[in-house]
Amino acid sequence: MTDLSLSYIFLSACLINNFVLAYFLGICPFLGVSGKLATATRMGGAVTFVMLVSSICAFGIHKLLIAIDAQFLQLISFIVVIASTVQLVEMIIKKFSPALFQALGIFLPLITTNCAILGLALFQTSKGFGFVQCLVYALGAGAGFTLALVLMAGLREELDLANISSMVKGTAITLMVAGILSLAFMGFAGLGS
Amino acid sequence: MSSSHQIMDTDTFIKGLWKENPVFVQVLGMCPVLAVSNSVSNALAMGLATTFVLIMSNTLVSLLRNFIPKQVRIATYILIIATFVTVAEYVIQAISLEIHKALGAFIALIVVNCMILGRAEAFASKNTVKHSILDALGMGFGFTFALLCLGAVREILGSGTFLGMEVFADSFQPWVIMILPGGGFFTLGAWLLFFNWRREQKAKKGAAA
Repeated sequence: MTDLSLSYIFLSACLINNFVLAYFLGICPFLGVSGKLATATRMGGAVTFVMLVSSICAFGIHKLLIAIDAQFLQLISFIVVIASTVQLVEMIIKKFSPALFQALGIFLPLITTNCAILGLALFQTSKGFGFVQCLVYALGAGAGFTLALVLMAGLREELDLANISSMVKGTAITLMVAGILSLAFMGFAGLGS
Repeated sequence: MSSSHQIMDTDTFIKGLWKENPVFVQVLGMCPVLAVSNSVSNALAMGLATTFVLIMSNTLVSLLRNFIPKQVRIATYILIIATFVTVAEYVIQAISLEIHKALGAFIALIVVNCMILGRAEAFASKNTVKHSILDALGMGFGFTFALLCLGAVREILGSGTFLGMEVFADSFQPWVIMILPGGGFFTLGAWLLFFNWRREQKAKKGAAA
């Protein structure tokens, strides 16, 4: 598995096996923050950054745990690293862009419980990626997450204007749209072998 | 025990099953719901594993609720949850390698199920051990119930089977789309639509009466 080309890893994480639409990772922010386009873009950026940092840390930790033969601690140490990274990002955003901090609200600390990030750390470990491959994988997953979020936000901004029955409004219609998006992304399956 | 106390106990348990169902009403813990509900057996295994983690973490959080400093409580909860998920993962691996393979990374991902953290923060950190366990049982079964709802629809339509048994005659053409990711979104959307419809019918009836 480790001899995959970098471009393939990127495309696969971003489009073919899109974290949100094919693996169902990170659905909570996908449904929660996709109301407005501007917020969605920034949320995507924040998640991509956390993914990159935690991917690097997870790579190091995995090597360390193998060295001291304590793989059963993997899950616990990964989640601690992710939680601290999120804390760091939160402080940075609060310092440099209080407006964005306000807009993201509760969803910023909730990146900790975003399964996309823990999923990324677990997948890269189980696939046995090297360091550069891990970086590319994290970038691809982040780009894919942002893409799905932005597409969804664009669609939902239009949905707000549409005249739909009160029964379907809210989560139900959002899920239906997500289903159609997911079908569309299945078209990318032809890209990989 | 007084009778009013007993009513509260059952209420704590029942609300998770229906009125505050974590999936259909609160829309929490979506990722595993959509990802592993492509067959009934997967859905059941996932539901039970989550219930186990929920009960254990709620118990421990409730026991320690007076000792955990406020500032580090979320980190502590996550550590507690991660510990029990590790236990659950090894137990599932020991019981059935097949299920472990089918659920894959999603067992480990129970850690980041927002429902569990949500219950620890919203309920277990403020209530007694007994109530926390009841709450965890209710929420856990509610979650399992929702998973089974999705799993049944997706397995019957998507592969024409229920728990591996053939349901339809040979002429049935399975709707492959239902076991693919898109089907997950559609099925959950349809269930939510159904519950919304029921609620509106009820409201209409209430207004007419």
